[in-house]
Amino acid sequence: MSAVMKRPVGRRNSAVCVRPPVTNQKRRPRVQAANGDRGLGIKALVHHLAELGNPYIWWTGSDPGICYLFLFSLAGGVRIAAMAKNCHNDYKMKFSVDDEYPDLSLHNNHMAKVLTKDIYNKLRGKSTPSGFTVDDVIQTGVDNPGHPFIMTVGCVAGDEESYEVFKDLLDPIISDRHGGYKPTDKHRTDLNFENLKGGDDLDPNYVLSSRVRTGRSIKGFTLPPHNSRGERRAIQNLSIEALASLDGEFKGKYYPLDGMTDAEQEQLIADHFLFDKPVSPLLTCAGMARDWPDARGIWHNDNKSFLVWVNEEDHLRVISMQKGGNMKEVFRRFCVGLQKIEEIFKKHNHGFMWNEHLGYILTCPSNLGTGLRGGVHVKLPKLSTHAKFEEILTRLRLQKRGTGGVDTASVGGVFDISNADRLGSSEVEQVQLVVDGVKLMVEMEKKLEKGESIDGMIPAQK
Amino acid sequence: MPFGNTHNQMKLKYASDQEYPDLSQHNNHMAKILTPAMYERLRSKQTPSGFTLDDVIQTGVDNPGHPFIMTVGCVAGDEETYEVFKELLDPVIEDRHGGYKPTDKHKTDLNPDNLKGGDDLDSNYVLSSRVRTGRSVRGFCLPPHCSRGERRGVEKLSVEALAALSGDLKGKYYALKNMTEAEQQQLIDDHFLFDKPVSPLLLASGMARDWPDARGIWHNDNKTFLVWVNEEDHLRVISMQKGGNMKEVFNRFCTGLTKIESLFKDRGHAFMWNEHLGYVLTCPSNLGTGLRAGVHVKLPNMSKHAKFEEVLKRLRLQKRGTGGVDTAAVGGVFDISNADRLGFSEVELVQMVVDGIKLLVEMEKRLEKGQSIDDLMPAQK
Repeated sequence: MSAVMKRPVGRRNSAVCVRPPVTNQKRRPRVQAANGDRGLGIKALVHHLAELGNPYIWWTGSDPGICYLFLFSLAGGVRIAAMAKNCHNDYKMKFSVDDEYPDLSLHNNHMAKVLTKDIYNKLRGKSTPSGFTVDDVIQTGVDNPGHPFIMTVGCVAGDEESYEVFKDLLDPIISDRHGGYKPTDKHRTDLNFENLKGGDDLDPNYVLSSRVRTGRSIKGFTLPPHNSRGERRAIQNLSIEALASLDGEFKGKYYPLDGMTDAEQEQLIADHFLFDKPVSPLLTCAGMARDWPDARGIWHNDNKSFLVWVNEEDHLRVISMQKGGNMKEVFRRFCVGLQKIEEIFKKHNHGFMWNEHLGYILTCPSNLGTGLRGGVHVKLPKLSTHAKFEEILTRLRLQKRGTGGVDTASVGGVFDISNADRLGSSEVEQVQLVVDGVKLMVEMEKKLEKGESIDGMIPAQK
Repeated sequence: MPFGNTHNQMKLKYASDQEYPDLSQHNNHMAKILTPAMYERLRSKQTPSGFTLDDVIQTGVDNPGHPFIMTVGCVAGDEETYEVFKELLDPVIEDRHGGYKPTDKHKTDLNPDNLKGGDDLDSNYVLSSRVRTGRSVRGFCLPPHCSRGERRGVEKLSVEALAALSGDLKGKYYALKNMTEAEQQQLIDDHFLFDKPVSPLLLASGMARDWPDARGIWHNDNKTFLVWVNEEDHLRVISMQKGGNMKEVFNRFCTGLTKIESLFKDRGHAFMWNEHLGYVLTCPSNLGTGLRAGVHVKLPNMSKHAKFEEVLKRLRLQKRGTGGVDTAAVGGVFDISNADRLGFSEVELVQMVVDGIKLLVEMEKRLEKGQSIDDLMPAQK
């Protein structure tokens, strides 16, 4: 590799990317020339540097025109390489920050609250290694001003590194959205279903069904707002392989969206499994529907109690569900299935994106941490009309939705009740909140049926 | 932009057949032309502003098309797109524009004196006349690709240039994002207001980003000359009025356009034009003149005649409903306009409309009297 001993010019806002050497790289690294020849990718470079012995990489994202890699080798010395980055972003840099800063005067979403002109100015010259820029992060929030009552996030990640490169924007949003979660906080992951107490005895006369869902992103690929057809197809291939190796209660079948028969489609719709091309402008403006339905599909086990969506809003969405109130069983199957799947992906050197600060990395910042929504469809006709219903939900750290999902109304007094939190508490803790909270609410419902008061049962804030 | 184009280099590590789109269900010009081998040759290229092959074709991948309507399925992101991706776009252009070859030259003629007649179309039949075209401002990327800064730059230039117009072209600019309720209602009543695109053909190519930032409508006080800023193209210029005086409409069109062009040139920004493709616009279907000249005309008898379609074809005209493209005719009133854009000059295209409409109205009158029109059948133009 030719080292370019060139002093960096212009501003230097550094984003530290410390990567372990990639030792299984099959590709021969190509030479990086001083004139910005774009033949060299970061992975190839890192591999080559591994040969130098345990390198550390310091990558800057702000110099106009060229991105500099400072390569510190334990073998001695510093090498500096130049890599031309996203050239459309560089082209935009010739416009002033005032010209490019979006008009957010009518906007009401997390991004609009946080993104000042200063922060935009600081971030506009940066780009993740795969070329995702701040304009890409915020496009959906610019195009969708929001709703006076619903606070949308207004930004997405295009890859794992987005959360690092654009932390000046994303950390405050994460803090705002996840109850004050600080940049220094650590997130706990606990997928040991045995740690859940109870949950197998929710009254099926009230609890009609139980469900736990989460998302997972596969390391080494960019995320749905940004990924190419090649990446999406590779994710699909990996997923099909991994899921095909499941057996026992997890034995199942994959249905690609662009290859299913009419009969299969009808059945998936009847089972409420089928997802369709996103119509929400929140998603389409972020680019998640590109190339639809290429490499999208649905897998489910023969028992129809464990379901995986491939390449919808996230690389994978994993769902465990069944009729009735046995949340313990649903959670057991969820944890066991998830971990089986994770093992197989790891074997292919594509584990799930995770770090100890943000937990599981997903496309939308609102799903960071556990990405988990554990919920039930429960009959609460009396409690739901009680003056303290909202207060109780807030104290129990639960949220309500109609049975059609987010933004729908409840029908016949049946509500979808689930955990409100995603980040800062573990999977077990969140499902425990649902189990305990729903148990309490069913007791309250029964009391109200008998005309009795529930004042003595109002819980403390959890 | 969030279309996966910002990481073209990274995508190259995937083999071409892994990245090549599945076009098996597709019926648009792009899908007919783009072979795997062509994709492989073009995938590593990009224009100086960073527009890539995947950007060009995204709208065609996302919108397979319709069995009866042949959409184009690709867009340009800047002037250089037509050069860097000529291997794909030349055949698309040839297919779409009646065999126009990569070596052909396009004629531009915006001299309204060269139009013969056109001031005497029978107003009992011709209800209104209209000429529209698009223009791209050199030095800026096109709507699928431009940033907010660029779009605002185009708007600023446009507002300045249009403010310098005078006489019967004197007018006012209404920015979409801060017009009053009253202004909005008036523009709707005048049929001037355009709204955020809903067609997936446009949305998939990124033209609606940052809406309504830097979009607006300018029109003269007489309400006969109208300019749309930053909708599907940088500028859409429209001249229109009631009745059949196409000559006057075209006169105003040419005068206004020429004035605007020189105002832009004075500010260092000519319109995108070259001698092969004429005026360069976002959609390859609008290259050349970008001109659609048409009338709303009453042809209840003619439109039911067995030879109606044949007559239109020979006259190089097309019909639409009065709501615009893809709408149905109401009360026998049709929107009849030129079918061509590239390979003919503006004068030639408007001449075809003028002559063709004159003939169609004559035919209508014959049919009203129960007479035959066989001797009026035109030769193929």
